[in-house]
Amino acid sequence: MERLKLVLQYFQSNSESISNGICIILALVSVKLYTSFDFNCPCLPQYNKLYSLGVMIVPPVILFFFGVLINRHAGVMMDEWMRPVGNRSKNPVVVKYLFSAMIQRALLAPMVWILVTLLDGKIFICAFSVSVDPALFSGFPNDTDLNVMTIMSKVPCKEDLIFRNSSFRKAVFRYIRCYSQAVGWSILLLLIILGALARIFKPFLDDNASSMQTRYWSNYLDVEQKLFDETCVLHAREFAHKCVVQFFEEMREDVSVYLPPPFIAGHCFEEWEDAEKEKLHGITRQEQMDELLSKWYYSKPKLDVTWEAQRSRAWVSWRKHRGKVKYSDV
Amino acid sequence: MDKFRMMFQFLQSNQESFMNGICGIMALASAQMYSAFEFNCPCMPEYNYTYAIGLLIIPPIWFFLLGFVLNNNVSVLAEEWRRPIGERRKDPSILRYMFCSVTQRSLIAPAVWVSVTLMDGKSFLCAFSVSLDIDRFGNYSLLRGLSEVEKMKVLAKIPCKDLFEHQEIRIAASRYVKCISQACGWIFLLMMTFTAFLIRAIRPCFTQAAFLKTKYWSHYVDIERKMFDETCKEHAKSFAKICIQQYFENMSGEMQSFHNQRSSDSDSDEDDEDIRRSDEDKLLGIRAQDDMNKVLWNWHTCKPALALRKNYADVHENEKVNGEANGGFNGFVNGHTQDVKKKEWAVYYSKV
Repeated sequence: MERLKLVLQYFQSNSESISNGICIILALVSVKLYTSFDFNCPCLPQYNKLYSLGVMIVPPVILFFFGVLINRHAGVMMDEWMRPVGNRSKNPVVVKYLFSAMIQRALLAPMVWILVTLLDGKIFICAFSVSVDPALFSGFPNDTDLNVMTIMSKVPCKEDLIFRNSSFRKAVFRYIRCYSQAVGWSILLLLIILGALARIFKPFLDDNASSMQTRYWSNYLDVEQKLFDETCVLHAREFAHKCVVQFFEEMREDVSVYLPPPFIAGHCFEEWEDAEKEKLHGITRQEQMDELLSKWYYSKPKLDVTWEAQRSRAWVSWRKHRGKVKYSDV
Repeated sequence: MDKFRMMFQFLQSNQESFMNGICGIMALASAQMYSAFEFNCPCMPEYNYTYAIGLLIIPPIWFFLLGFVLNNNVSVLAEEWRRPIGERRKDPSILRYMFCSVTQRSLIAPAVWVSVTLMDGKSFLCAFSVSLDIDRFGNYSLLRGLSEVEKMKVLAKIPCKDLFEHQEIRIAASRYVKCISQACGWIFLLMMTFTAFLIRAIRPCFTQAAFLKTKYWSHYVDIERKMFDETCKEHAKSFAKICIQQYFENMSGEMQSFHNQRSSDSDSDEDDEDIRRSDEDKLLGIRAQDDMNKVLWNWHTCKPALALRKNYADVHENEKVNGEANGGFNGFVNGHTQDVKKKEWAVYYSKV
């Protein structure tokens, strides 16, 4: 019982906390990606806005898809949604819960990217320098024959010669950056307020009992899939081992008929102790395994382990009451 | 339960995590190689494009092939493809699955190289500087009155800091081209991620049952190969041990009587017997060179069917049938003490 509890705890903590960990790592990756990315404003009136909006929008989309890709729950959710009904009824609430959990986790890294770009300000400056009214600032370079738009579009570029001797560029820079940071902090505040409100009012809106059920069954699906994969891996190993041993023995039978019946033959079956037989669970042929895997998808078993549980319990009850047969199903 | 977990982790960690680790290391290596590599545009109209595009394409091909070389599953795939049918039919979907998984892992390092190259922009600048329109960047009289060939020569020098005098044109042009190059880079990344997302998300809509099957059997093929190698190693060890023992015993009769005298010490004798018996077991009945050669030959030319022996299955079936009467515990009971108890119970039941 103790061991089982430990294993269950491990699985439970493992599944959700691993997803959370991956989510946070992806957010950190997105920050690192931004700092290592060499932002290169074209400083041309036609391209500034396009480039900035591109850099603000495309990486979050990429990070979102990537977040969905590496999330385990995406696979579990798709499996549960697409499977045939089989022996087990489908519960759309569980699918919805998994979907919303997955989307929430996948949205963190894109939001971090957008906030970092806004707080840094380079993108806003590149996009909106042409929309600033130059009359607000002194030191506008009048000596060139370029038009106003072209001059304003060169503001994001530090090396440009026309701004060399004036503080005009820096002034515009600060002005736009200030706006950008204000927008960034407001978005952050809004998100936090939304999150807090959602947390506080959720028990009023949702039925607590059914949400507990949904959480349980979505975790169950995740654990079940993991255990199935593990069982398949162990089964494959046992199958391979037995297959190889059998192959050697068949060769022996083909080649040398004059050997005395070796004690090996008898030994083999005894050697395949109960523990090893249990590992194969009675699946010893390719067709059986194929049927098992096909049935796992087309007709998932009922969520009812009474038979298995009763069997072990009956055994225990027999041990308690020595003279009496308590197990009445036989 | 703990052993179960540890074993599974060991199996998993050995196969998949190892390959994922190699994949990650190669991706980092490709990024590091790019930053360590000194990009050196020739700044001549005939060679710029070739150099730049070559640098964009050839290292990814090299990384892709390296990924194939470093992946163990490639040899498993090739073996499974080329083996004679024997007693086991071939399933092309398994080959396809293995090929897809090897290819996916090998594509990561090339993708990293291409995206880093595009984000950096030097390659595009080198390749496309001759097609630039200078007037876009301002009113410059640089190219007025020059012939086409001379214009191209001047434009080709743009990527080189020390060869092109007009710094403001150079900076403006390099910004412009870098911006386009980065846009291409982001679009490339978006396409790759979206494709991967579609494959991952949409695949369960089709052929999920077949996918479970191919995943299991391709993993099985890999594990079977490992098990065969392990069994051969164990066999070789036991073969060698017994061969040497027999040689010593044949060489001198005194060794025999020495053994007989020592048999008074029953414990050590039992241990020796156990060790000898386990060595004999490990031989699995193959005791001659020709037999072993036949085993190894047949393993390739005629792989056995995926069906464990009928006798074993029959034994298991019989136990199951009897087990139903006994409460069906046979397959699910560990250890021998329960066996004893089981027998007792069966006796009692028959009395009733």
